[in-house]
Amino acid sequence: MSAARLTIDINGHALEVAEGISVAAAIAILGLPFRRSVGGQWRAPLCGMGVCFECRVRIDGLAQQRACMTIVRAGMQVCTDD
Amino acid sequence: MNSYDLIIVGAGIVGTACADYASEQGLRVAIVEPGTIGGGATAAAMGHLVAMDDDPAELALAHYSLQLWEAFTGVPQLEYSRCGTLWVAANEREYALIPTKIARLAAASIKAELIERERLYQLEPALAAGLAGGMLVAREAVIYPPAAARHFLDRALARGTVLHRSHATAINHTGLQLADHSLLSGPVLVATGCALPQLLPQLPMRARKGHLVITDRYPNLVHHQLLELGYADSAHGDADSSVAFNIQPRPTGQILIGSSREYGSTAADVSMATVTRMLQRCFRYLPALRQLQAVRIWTGFRPVSADGLPYLGRVPGQAEVWVAAGHEGLGVSTSLGSARLVIDQLLGRATAIDARPYDPARIAA
Amino acid sequence: MTERYDIAVVGAGPAGLAAALAAATHGARVALIDAQAHAGGQVWRKDVAHGWPRRAQAAITQALHHPHVTWLAQTQVVHADPHSLLLESAVGAQRIDYAALVLANGARELLLPFPGWTLPGVTGAGALQALAKQGWPLQGRRVVIAGSGPLLLAAAATARRHGAHVLGIYEQADAANVQRFARSLWRWPQKAMQAALLRGQLAGIPYRCGSVVRTAHGDSALRAVTVESARGSERLDCDQLAVGYGLVPNTELAQSLGCRLRQQGVHASVEVDAMQRSSVAHIYAAGEQCGIGGRDSAWLEGSIAGHAAAGAPAAASLLRQQRHARAFAQALETHFALQPRVRTLAQPDTLICRCEDISLQALDGYSDARSAKLATRCGMGACQGRICGAALAELGRFPRSGTRPPLFPARLASLGDNLSDNHRESSV
Repeated sequence: MSAARLTIDINGHALEVAEGISVAAAIAILGLPFRRSVGGQWRAPLCGMGVCFECRVRIDGLAQQRACMTIVRAGMQVCTDD
Repeated sequence: MNSYDLIIVGAGIVGTACADYASEQGLRVAIVEPGTIGGGATAAAMGHLVAMDDDPAELALAHYSLQLWEAFTGVPQLEYSRCGTLWVAANEREYALIPTKIARLAAASIKAELIERERLYQLEPALAAGLAGGMLVAREAVIYPPAAARHFLDRALARGTVLHRSHATAINHTGLQLADHSLLSGPVLVATGCALPQLLPQLPMRARKGHLVITDRYPNLVHHQLLELGYADSAHGDADSSVAFNIQPRPTGQILIGSSREYGSTAADVSMATVTRMLQRCFRYLPALRQLQAVRIWTGFRPVSADGLPYLGRVPGQAEVWVAAGHEGLGVSTSLGSARLVIDQLLGRATAIDARPYDPARIAA
Repeated sequence: MTERYDIAVVGAGPAGLAAALAAATHGARVALIDAQAHAGGQVWRKDVAHGWPRRAQAAITQALHHPHVTWLAQTQVVHADPHSLLLESAVGAQRIDYAALVLANGARELLLPFPGWTLPGVTGAGALQALAKQGWPLQGRRVVIAGSGPLLLAAAATARRHGAHVLGIYEQADAANVQRFARSLWRWPQKAMQAALLRGQLAGIPYRCGSVVRTAHGDSALRAVTVESARGSERLDCDQLAVGYGLVPNTELAQSLGCRLRQQGVHASVEVDAMQRSSVAHIYAAGEQCGIGGRDSAWLEGSIAGHAAAGAPAAASLLRQQRHARAFAQALETHFALQPRVRTLAQPDTLICRCEDISLQALDGYSDARSAKLATRCGMGACQGRICGAALAELGRFPRSGTRPPLFPARLASLGDNLSDNHRESSV
């Protein structure tokens, strides 16, 4: 398919990725954790289809967005838990 | 064997508070509840422990109760959080009313302070621009009401209180008839909120529907329970339908958003039209809400007595029947004081505050 | 300002695409709505590296380019009223009005709790497929596939196509049942062909029946799994575990509209008649939410629903084919029925509610979801009880409590903005 690339920002790291991938995939490419649960455990995508809400991150300033349901856009700012 | 010193009907926040106090006083107590403990108005409530200053009797009961709540600040499951109440003045007219309110609260020994505009934004930077100031009641708090009901019940059960999982069908001259055909004998205290007329038709009760919305977790967006100063108009007015800015930071980081009041609706359905009106009101005060994710919307029914004050005391014309119901939106705040007021009277003791304004005889002659 | 459509179709998988196409051929104005960025649903999900399957490509192109079909991608239904939907997308919220509604919003995976299932690196089986197709890195990664049903084979094939080293497929059903299922496939030649194709793609990958993943190991991420089978326990080092125990119909939207559900085992599905009519007038349902039946019956049911919603009767041949396709679902259900031990994997301290971190033992003593929720917060989180609710029903604890609006977490602005001049009263 399309080999077009674009650049997004994840936790301050610039990352060049293929157009059309999910934010969840981009985070996984960097090998970063997604979020901490209410009890402090690390969590990452479980259902991959927008149901479980385990992949929530901050995207362009909006908290609690599902990374698996969001497609990367050039210049997007993504923030995971630390 | 089915004979008790007191049979309480209803295990909401009021009934369980009564069971807790009565059992603590050494009474042999039964409590009757077919449904979820704290599953009615208690579960639907915000859990804001607040004193409203516009009615002296209500203020006295609230202040008495809020002091009693101090005994529970350390119980983890109650999620007691002393966030304080910050009343927000939208304009100079509302701001000008604050000194009078502070004086009224002070007369009831509740400390409140005037918050000037600049300080308002230091306390709550997310508030909309252009507000006039506010009034802070720093000692007020929020709790998680169904857990409180459960805790009160557990304490009572530990003292030997018996929980009957059945419907109360009728009060007769010896006690209470249950749907499972058992008969409990002893004095009966009805604490069934909106359902009161089923057992005590002589005490009118209207249901005032409310909507609440809760968000995902956004810690530190707001720090106090925030209400518009016009809230009392909504809460105590008798309009068929009203909304007010009333939001609460939960200890989880979630934001609980209210409030609405409607008469005439008996279905528990969520009305999106009401939700929209309520949210629009809240957006005016806190525009940042617009971007938050709502996780759940629910409704509940506030039990409203004939004159807006709870019925607390002996039911006239029925020697051994008592009532504690009709707290409208203040049932959680005033539950502990209500319990003492009723049980102390039942025990023939002097009450800590004047019990006459709540005497059911004022309504049911 | 409120768009009006003759027919709104929720879900753009095979059922929704077929419904939209069928309705559009009768001249109906159709809105096709899906929360995902691309049409195809889960089974025909677009792969960023490989595109759509050929058959899907044709159906999608035809449906999306039909002059009578308006395609609303990345659009979530957050509230439904009779004849009106509240929709949310990245750009904002809108209301659309409809004369008839076709619910085709499919199913989700049945994800069952076991020690370690909350570790990053553990996903559903269909989930791994979905993630991989959207660019999730699998090149050179060691992947274990487990759970139940033919979906495991598809997941393994996708993982391999994306460069994963698939260590094995662990099916909970016993070998005798799986063989009986394989022998019954002649009745559905398409399925048999698919199976043969998959077998080719999976050459060299161990396929073990009567096996379950008992534990996932790791501290902050998955490192290994313990697989239990007839031969005993085996520890496998791996980077990714994809484990799914089948599918659960998404009934929330139908339920919120008052459509009657029927109980199938511990999970509910939407009750429909032969014309895919639900119990509520003008509301149709098709595909997985009417009971797990697979792609072919979803497509056929979507067509039937689309014709019926447009006021035209579906051809008798369609109805006949649909019955045949549904029989496949029955075969699946019989042969891949969950073994009791799958329901005993969760230990007392295993988290059940992942949103609120509530363990199984914290739920002891509660006999209904509402009491448990009020006391423990179980099911109060962002997934609205979708994951823990299905798991607790499967574990024999209690069914999920009634759903409350919004249908999915939604921006407050979507709920608070005035989207139409005439405010509607709505029902839950």
